Amino acid sequence: MHEVILSVGIDIGTSTTQLIFSRLTIENRASSYTVPRIEIVEKEVIYRSKIYFTPLRSATEIDAEAVKRIVREEYQAAGMTPEMLRTGAVIITGETARKENANEVLAALSDLAGDFVVATAGPDLESVLSARGAGTDSLSHQKRIAIANLDIGGGTTNIALYEKGVLRGTCCLDIGGRLIKVENGRISYLYPKIKALAEAGGISISVGDRAYPEQLYGVCRLMAAQLAQALHLTAADGLHGGLYTNDGHPLPDRPAIQAVTYSGGVADCIYQEMEGDVFRFGDIGVLLGKAIRSDPALSAVERFQSAETIRATVVGAGTHTTEVSGSTIHYEPGTLPLKNIPILKVSEEDEASLETLKASILQQMPLYMPEGKVEQFALAFTGKKRTSFADIQALAAAVIESMKEVISSRYPLVVVVENDIGKVLGNALNVLLKREKDVICIDGIRTLNGDYIDIGEPIAGGQVLPVVIKTLIFNS
Amino acid sequence: MDEKDLRSIIEQVLAEMNVSSAKPAEKAAGGAAAPQVEDGCLPDITEIDIREQYLVSNPENGEAYAELKFNAPCRLGIGKAGARYKTLPQLEFRAAHSAAQDAVFNDVDEAFVEKMGLFTVQTQCDSKDTYLTRPDLGRKLSPEAVETIKSKCKKNPTVQIYVADGLSSASVAANVGDLLPAILQGLESYKIDVGTPFFVKYGRVGVMDEISELTGATVTCTLIGERPGLITAESMSAYIAYKATVGMPEARRTVVSNIHRAGTIPAEAGAHIAEIIKIMLDKKASGTDLKL
Repeated sequence: MHEVILSVGIDIGTSTTQLIFSRLTIENRASSYTVPRIEIVEKEVIYRSKIYFTPLRSATEIDAEAVKRIVREEYQAAGMTPEMLRTGAVIITGETARKENANEVLAALSDLAGDFVVATAGPDLESVLSARGAGTDSLSHQKRIAIANLDIGGGTTNIALYEKGVLRGTCCLDIGGRLIKVENGRISYLYPKIKALAEAGGISISVGDRAYPEQLYGVCRLMAAQLAQALHLTAADGLHGGLYTNDGHPLPDRPAIQAVTYSGGVADCIYQEMEGDVFRFGDIGVLLGKAIRSDPALSAVERFQSAETIRATVVGAGTHTTEVSGSTIHYEPGTLPLKNIPILKVSEEDEASLETLKASILQQMPLYMPEGKVEQFALAFTGKKRTSFADIQALAAAVIESMKEVISSRYPLVVVVENDIGKVLGNALNVLLKREKDVICIDGIRTLNGDYIDIGEPIAGGQVLPVVIKTLIFNS
Repeated sequence: MDEKDLRSIIEQVLAEMNVSSAKPAEKAAGGAAAPQVEDGCLPDITEIDIREQYLVSNPENGEAYAELKFNAPCRLGIGKAGARYKTLPQLEFRAAHSAAQDAVFNDVDEAFVEKMGLFTVQTQCDSKDTYLTRPDLGRKLSPEAVETIKSKCKKNPTVQIYVADGLSSASVAANVGDLLPAILQGLESYKIDVGTPFFVKYGRVGVMDEISELTGATVTCTLIGERPGLITAESMSAYIAYKATVGMPEARRTVVSNIHRAGTIPAEAGAHIAEIIKIMLDKKASGTDLKL
């Protein structure tokens, strides 16, 4: 068994809009004599678009027509049609997500680009996607150490910390290459937080001032020092806490960071020295890159080359968001795909007994019933320790008892478990419901409360389903 | 020589050996009390998960080795005492070997078979020894077995399922309780009709061909104990064939192996087997003729 599916990633970011196509190879890793274990074995980026400045109609509005034109032209250049794509993600990140018509743009793109995931990425998801695109997760897995990836874009720096391949934390700071813009030798834009940071460091700058490279380099050194503080390489100063995007949380202080990788538009200015006019991009990106490269605290840990720099987020979105379900699952043909389904997660403590499991579901249910009517959602729990046939029957009965609202609705009953019991639990639900209700029960998928899930149409001869988990909240 | 003389001689000898006379008396008292009964119990060494066991002293990078080792239950990184195993791994090895032997030589508990609602038939083997030395007899039903099956089993079912001890009775006890009902429930969810399940003592895989012919089943499925290894003695396989006949090629059988609590868990494996049976019925083929 060997199947190739095509995936698209589109990232509409603060400064740039990009698109990639990748090829995901799916294989059965188990022998012919055992239950199949179907996995994504290879991910390869096969097409990279040009890098466009994100087209804006005004300070608060994305130019939707221009974005559509970019996507249409790039699909043509790559020879792709929406029908060829089985999975993927369109994400709208950073500052752009706050534009008034962000959701409209996403909806328009969904029709144009193919039948798959559309999401606005919160800063945490963006940190994770860029780190995975940069290859930081696999690098930390191979080297068995803790590595942070700093994705330094125009408006923000998204940090994700991986230890031995496991995500340990994320954070996002308002530090980026386009927070000061320079036009015709003068400062044309200055982000208020950066102005305050500069002033605290004894550098006074304002919009309209002449842009002196030495002076702005001084500001960039202050910004680099803040990044070192965010990584807990130096102690935080009084201004540090105010630099987190949307008053977000800092990174956990454990594990201690042993190495860093850089991605985002500024990364190329960190890894190599840029010759020529430092303001040729109309911003402070080149200077910020140099300041980070020279910062003593950031240089004290090892610096690894990332797999992707400016394209890390889009590669993360296009190649690393899709996972496959376990290979023994239960679903009704014709009920898929399901998109943007919120997850009701029963915590591990509540899962311990069936009574608390039921109570937890009933207690959370109103959140999924806006205006008193149930909407499509997925029930999720780990399913650990419930592996005997009798346990699974009791579990199925408890699920049915507490999900009455869903069962009497027109929506399918969707259950997502971690432990390998999806098929037997699905069968139990199906039989207990006298085969009168569509049941989708998948396993091998880890979820958190507040996640959204997309479940695609079956692949690998119907044995597995492609799944995208959109984690919008992380360690907050 | 009376006791008194004896004592005086001993005391004299001990004195010459430069040992005070008080001490042997104490020692004798202590010796008598020596076999003390403790309330504790020895740790069960079979409870150790060998994936988590790392016993090398002074390793260069023990953490990395232990993490690597966690991926597979292998007997590596267990240190050594001179040229030999350390005591604990040696005992674990022997415990695993004993479990394997027990799995082969013990019989399946009759009470368990009854509890599962199965009746028992026997192949032409009359003992474990015959069973182990005459594989051919383990593939043929005894005349009584033929009669029992004829009288007790539903005729021409879509699916005939039965359990056999094979080479591990421990496997039957460990898995059938979850595996069999999961298959039955799976088939029920597909609305597939099932015959009367039973248990075959001293059964090898090949006996399914005769059972298939006897019951007239479209698909026959045997749940059989696998030859035990040193990692688990409880592994079970399901051999499934579409319209099996005596003398058919072995390649006509589809197998799902490695069913045990540390492999594919029996309940989930049962649901999977039910689906394989459904595919088999849809495609009218099994073994290498059936592409899953």
